[in-house]
Amino acid sequence: MKRKPAVATFAVTAALALGLSACGGTSTDSPKESAGAGGGSAAPAQAEFNAAMSKVFNPSTKKGGTLKFVNSGDWDSLDPADTYYGYSWNFMRLYGRALTVFKAAPGAEGATVAPDLAKDLGKPSADFKTWTYTLREGLKYEDGTPITSKDVAYAVARAFDKETFPNGPTYLNEMLNWPKDYKGVYKSKDVDFSSAIETPDDSTIVFHLKQAYSGFDYITQMSPTMPVPKAKDTGAKYREHVISSGPYMFEKNEIGKGFALVRNPNWDAATDPNRPALPDRIEVQTNVNADDLDNRLLSGDIHVDVAGTGVQPAAMSKILPDPALKARADNPTLQRLWYTSVSPTVKPLDNIDCRKAVQYAADKTGYQAAYGGEFSGGAIATSLMPPSVPGAAKIDLYPSGADGKGDVAKAKEHLAACGQPNGFETNIAYRAERPKEKATAEALQESLARVGIKLTLKPYPQADYFSLYAGKPPFVVENKLGLAVNGWGSDYPDGYGFLQQMVDSRVIRETGGSSNVSVRIPDVDKMLDESLLEADAKKREPMWAAIDKRVMEEAVILPGVWAKSLLVRGKGVTNVFISDGQQMYDYVAMGVE
Amino acid sequence: MTAPLDVPGSATEADPEAVLAGADRKAIQGRSLGQIAWMRLKRDKIALAGAGVIVFLVLVALFAPLIVKFLGHPPLEFHREKIDQSTLTPTGAFGGMSWDYLFGVEPLWGRDIFSRIVYGARISLLIAFLATLLSVVIGTVLGVVAGYFGGWVDTVISRAMDVFLAFPLLVFAIALAGVVPDQAFGMSGDTLRVSLLVFIIGFFSWPYIGRIVRGQTLSLREREFIDAARSLGARGPYIIFRELLPNLIAPILIYATLVIPTNILFEAALSFLGVGVRPPTPTWGGMLAEAARFYTVPHFAIFPGLAIFVTVLAFNLFGDGLRDALDPRGR
Repeated sequence: MKRKPAVATFAVTAALALGLSACGGTSTDSPKESAGAGGGSAAPAQAEFNAAMSKVFNPSTKKGGTLKFVNSGDWDSLDPADTYYGYSWNFMRLYGRALTVFKAAPGAEGATVAPDLAKDLGKPSADFKTWTYTLREGLKYEDGTPITSKDVAYAVARAFDKETFPNGPTYLNEMLNWPKDYKGVYKSKDVDFSSAIETPDDSTIVFHLKQAYSGFDYITQMSPTMPVPKAKDTGAKYREHVISSGPYMFEKNEIGKGFALVRNPNWDAATDPNRPALPDRIEVQTNVNADDLDNRLLSGDIHVDVAGTGVQPAAMSKILPDPALKARADNPTLQRLWYTSVSPTVKPLDNIDCRKAVQYAADKTGYQAAYGGEFSGGAIATSLMPPSVPGAAKIDLYPSGADGKGDVAKAKEHLAACGQPNGFETNIAYRAERPKEKATAEALQESLARVGIKLTLKPYPQADYFSLYAGKPPFVVENKLGLAVNGWGSDYPDGYGFLQQMVDSRVIRETGGSSNVSVRIPDVDKMLDESLLEADAKKREPMWAAIDKRVMEEAVILPGVWAKSLLVRGKGVTNVFISDGQQMYDYVAMGVE
Repeated sequence: MTAPLDVPGSATEADPEAVLAGADRKAIQGRSLGQIAWMRLKRDKIALAGAGVIVFLVLVALFAPLIVKFLGHPPLEFHREKIDQSTLTPTGAFGGMSWDYLFGVEPLWGRDIFSRIVYGARISLLIAFLATLLSVVIGTVLGVVAGYFGGWVDTVISRAMDVFLAFPLLVFAIALAGVVPDQAFGMSGDTLRVSLLVFIIGFFSWPYIGRIVRGQTLSLREREFIDAARSLGARGPYIIFRELLPNLIAPILIYATLVIPTNILFEAALSFLGVGVRPPTPTWGGMLAEAARFYTVPHFAIFPGLAIFVTVLAFNLFGDGLRDALDPRGR
């Protein structure tokens, strides 16, 4: 079976992956109980709504027991080279170790990167184009063979092959300086790829980047750097039995039904400060009806809904009115923004005052309702960056009025300034298959009509939404798509990762395919480049807030909501918390009573 | 037409003289085919009920703005105060049903379901009638031509019918409705969507009528009155229009009445799949599709479902009655 490489659809897949991942709390206050995963000295668990958001719920160090996960669908793949779901990256850390890893800690601390296979975080060269990692000593696979830097290099090179592994992320494919026409370890068999990755000895690995990138540790945290032993690699079939480098290994794998993990005797806790590895056994069931799954989770029959995207509407209407059930739920804000592009290439939106009129006239409460309301829809967004992305600042340039339903008077003022006092007509594009986007378009149609801006709804098929329609600049102009319903989430909690695809004008292609359809601000491009060369994370963060503000000043993006999900803690589960890194419960830390 | 049609009242039956007199009078009157059919139809209470519902629905569609003015709210107007903002479902029992909102309100925006059903009737009936008209015109013309001329003309048209019948209509309709741009053929918006649906549904359902018309024409062609007309020197067009068509009206009428409900269902299916008339214009199928998202609020699905059900049933009952009336042998 031959598939197209996933490289071209990178932005779209990235967005998709995050939609399926979940979370990041509104953890503005620093967590008192950041006892790492194993910290068990806290007060007894007090079940309440959002109890696992910024601190550890029911902390424990007790080992043993069976932790039961259930998935309403199935993994895209269990192979570290071939998976792009947030929950999969979260779960995979139980049987695989990458060079770096998100700290197992609640809230903001969980979005910081810690060394995993590596002794320390990556050491960049002065120009941020060369990154060096040194491996810990005593690392072993489940069969007892030692893990070397060559295994990591091999794993990255094999993940390059997007025909064999169509699902996985492509960051390293694009960032590293691969030899010309390199096709991965299977098709370019003995091709020397030292221009991209070098392994001078068994414990050192060096990455060579094409462009400077100061946040490279976020990239090595992803699953493609989990080592794969060349001798045991079976290509596309490796997903059926992945060789473990983490605390658990596969006992059996019945594809389509589920699998079980047991302790890996060759994993040494001394080499791994990040994983408490509490349960003795982990059982996973796949392809379970989603509503059935929710019921079993509520009754205590299972522990975790592994997909981490939140409960179904039926369960939600059961949980929200019932205080006892609601006390078992968490409602994190995800690193995902649902927004509407306001295209300055379409008249009269080329005039900034007309764009500002749209910002003021929009009813954000309607936008929120369109996505499912306060709990499953999201928090009303006033700028681009969700609060859990490091560096996010509160930016509200176009206040929506006291009731949040828009400021009609201000909108009319700006319409007058724009020379269209009676409003104007334009179109709004959305993905036909997405009822929430249709509802958004209806909500905007209704609220903008209050100031005379008349919108016509234009549904387009989701598969070609960016490649042929709303993401293709000439089509946008020709069909007067003044507004386009859109959404974006990042793969990792980093300002650059979140903003770049959304606001960098250089990702816009005349031939289509970009999810950025409206932001063309030279200042912003420059600011993005500058942030790449800043070594200090603390100094980078305000740079991203500045970019956010600059985009909002131009009013080319109408922020809608920062997505949220409603998660339920299983009965009898210990060490439960949501980290900003995983945006759902951290699966590595969990144990059972 | 062989069946005795008169059912004299019991009072006359009691008096043989009167029966005789009555029989005499009837013999003088004579009845046209239409009158005979109308008499039979009048006796079929179920068909009349169907017809009553159809008339009612047509009136509702025609006077939609007036009805909504007095009994509802504009179909696109939001009433978010009627919605519980945490669950997004209507507040109040039975989906917010009240004298103010006869069928309750839609989840999410609180639009008046009654008004949307009433306006939805316009789209459904308009598309179903026009599409049926289109298929009847194409089907009749091609059916008569094929049946009357026979030979290679018949072969070509019959094969074309087979091709059309074998066509995966639904799949094709979805594809076509999906690729047609927002502005085409000098039309845009709802006008374009309605015309497009009429074209798709009508153009691909003509062979059903075409086959029946062709079959009837084949048998009529060999009848004595056609031979008589021919021997008197009548030519093709005269025979088709003056001799064949009047005799084909009954089957065409029957079939058209039975095709309308199929077309209503087809339009609803396309709207349900999101390739029908564009939102926010209300359609029954579109409402059903939205209701599927809110299955915790069953009333939202019940009303559009009921509307489709009642309409289709009414047309089917009336169509059956009409067939019995026009062609009692088919009973």
